Amino acid sequence: MAAFPAILQSEWTKLRTVRSTVWTLGLAFVVTLGLGALICTLANNNFADFAPKNAPFDATGTAFAGIILGEIAMVVFGVLAVGNEYSSGMIRVSLAAVPQRATLLIGKAVVIALAAFAVSLATVFITFFTGQALLGGHSTEITEPHVLRAVFGAAGYLTMICLFSAGVTAMLHNQTLALGVLVPFFFLLSPILGAVPKVKTVAHYFPDYAGQRMLLVYQEHNQPFGPGAGFLICLTWTLAALAGGVLVLRTRDA
Amino acid sequence: MIELHGLTKRYGDTLAVDGLSFAVPRGVVTGFLGPNGAGKSTTMRMILDLDRPTAGRVTLDGRRYGQLAEPLRYIGALLEAKAVHPGRTARDHLLWMAQSNRIPTHRVDEVLELVGLSAVARKRSRGFSLGMSQRLGIASALLGNPEILMFDEPVNGLDPEGIVWIRTLMKGLAAEGRTVFVSSHLMSEMALTADHLVVIGRGRLLADLPMADFIKQNSRSAVRVRTPQPELLLDVLHRAGLHADPGPDGCYEVPDGDLAFLGELAADHRITLHELSPQQASLEEAFMQMTSESVEYHAGSARPVGPAGAAVDGSPAAPSAPPAPAWGSDWQARGKQKEN
Repeated sequence: MAAFPAILQSEWTKLRTVRSTVWTLGLAFVVTLGLGALICTLANNNFADFAPKNAPFDATGTAFAGIILGEIAMVVFGVLAVGNEYSSGMIRVSLAAVPQRATLLIGKAVVIALAAFAVSLATVFITFFTGQALLGGHSTEITEPHVLRAVFGAAGYLTMICLFSAGVTAMLHNQTLALGVLVPFFFLLSPILGAVPKVKTVAHYFPDYAGQRMLLVYQEHNQPFGPGAGFLICLTWTLAALAGGVLVLRTRDA
Repeated sequence: MIELHGLTKRYGDTLAVDGLSFAVPRGVVTGFLGPNGAGKSTTMRMILDLDRPTAGRVTLDGRRYGQLAEPLRYIGALLEAKAVHPGRTARDHLLWMAQSNRIPTHRVDEVLELVGLSAVARKRSRGFSLGMSQRLGIASALLGNPEILMFDEPVNGLDPEGIVWIRTLMKGLAAEGRTVFVSSHLMSEMALTADHLVVIGRGRLLADLPMADFIKQNSRSAVRVRTPQPELLLDVLHRAGLHADPGPDGCYEVPDGDLAFLGELAADHRITLHELSPQQASLEEAFMQMTSESVEYHAGSARPVGPAGAAVDGSPAAPSAPPAPAWGSDWQARGKQKEN
């Protein structure tokens, strides 16, 4: 067996030495913070339009409004980190260097997870505090109930969506195809199905809807499940995608 | 040592590799020859455990590739030159490879120097020419200082200078006692570099022998004679106990004929000669004949010609081979014993 720390070091070098992966992580930070700050400013200036009628105003959720765009950047990062091996044919060099295929993909996933979680953590905390500063009198505190959990939940959600995408890319072994499946899924299909009656119940178990439950500060009555269940559902999707990726990588000719 | 045991690979209805069994001898350059589509690359991918065989197996000193702990330290391979992320620098590409097999980082700069890429080490490989990519691929094969090296068509797309460089490099690696296994579809190229020869066609083993033996068996020579009095000549040859094959444009070829003897014979019988020339069948032609049954894609009328009809244009051998007497004798002088 190749040494696991050696694989981690090698995968980290792969990740940091390509511009596209570094840039998508930067983009995730910029759009999450930028859109969040914009919405917070608008909300503060037109509070009457933004405040819900029968529920408390969610200052945390408002700051995280940019996550719907940030998660797309995270999806792209996950796809590129795995898929650029396939697009360049480098996967054969990687497998010649580390023929233990499951170990290779797990090592890659660990490095992607660490990078994504570090960037997500920085992104969500900076976004949260920036958003609260811009919300002025309508802001909340990190010490309020459920707020800290929601902030960590946002980082966990972004990381899991990124890893889910990485796993799907390994299953499809093609980065263009993976982008073509994942971006429309997260951007169009899941939100649309989530709005259709009856189909909605199924869409509630998709990784993005379930994962976003982790960001909720106030639980509404019509929620199908809470943050804990949402986390477990999203985690299951992520692990299943990675397991599928390992399975495909192990059985397929490179 | 690389050993193939009944290695078979089937893609749907096509049998790409068909029950291949041979061993790559240690410490020499082994040429792995076959026409395009013969299954050379598929075989090499199966050696590296990249493609899974339908049947049979490959062992490397008794182990499967997947059982090697740090494979780059044991076997280095160049499969495709462009299998590099275009946005990564040459140095970074070698760096991640080195780290994965715990190869010291200074080795990265050593191999870059060795292949002559030090000047572009920090350039992204996107802008590399095929020759530079090929050199980077060779650097990655040499990275772990392995005892076995495997190159798939390393001279493809290289300029003459690059071809000479690779040829010299492979001979140098074998001289250091390393095993070099190199595929090619050019017999003339292998005649210059390989000590041992493995020929496949349509995935089947056609030949497995020392290069010297192949040359001995296949470098048949003939003397071409052209005369306005063919009947007289054939009569004289027959009486001298010689056999002549009809050649192109009404000439005749005497297999293994002696130039001086035939000239004197003609003079003694006052036969006018318009041509008396030595003919050497090239190894390329011998190779083409060997594989002609198995070539997957024939190009129209370009059927291989036999040694008798060799060199229609009168040139003694394939253009890439050096002058005839020197090279044949040189290879035979090495007198390599059959390795297995």
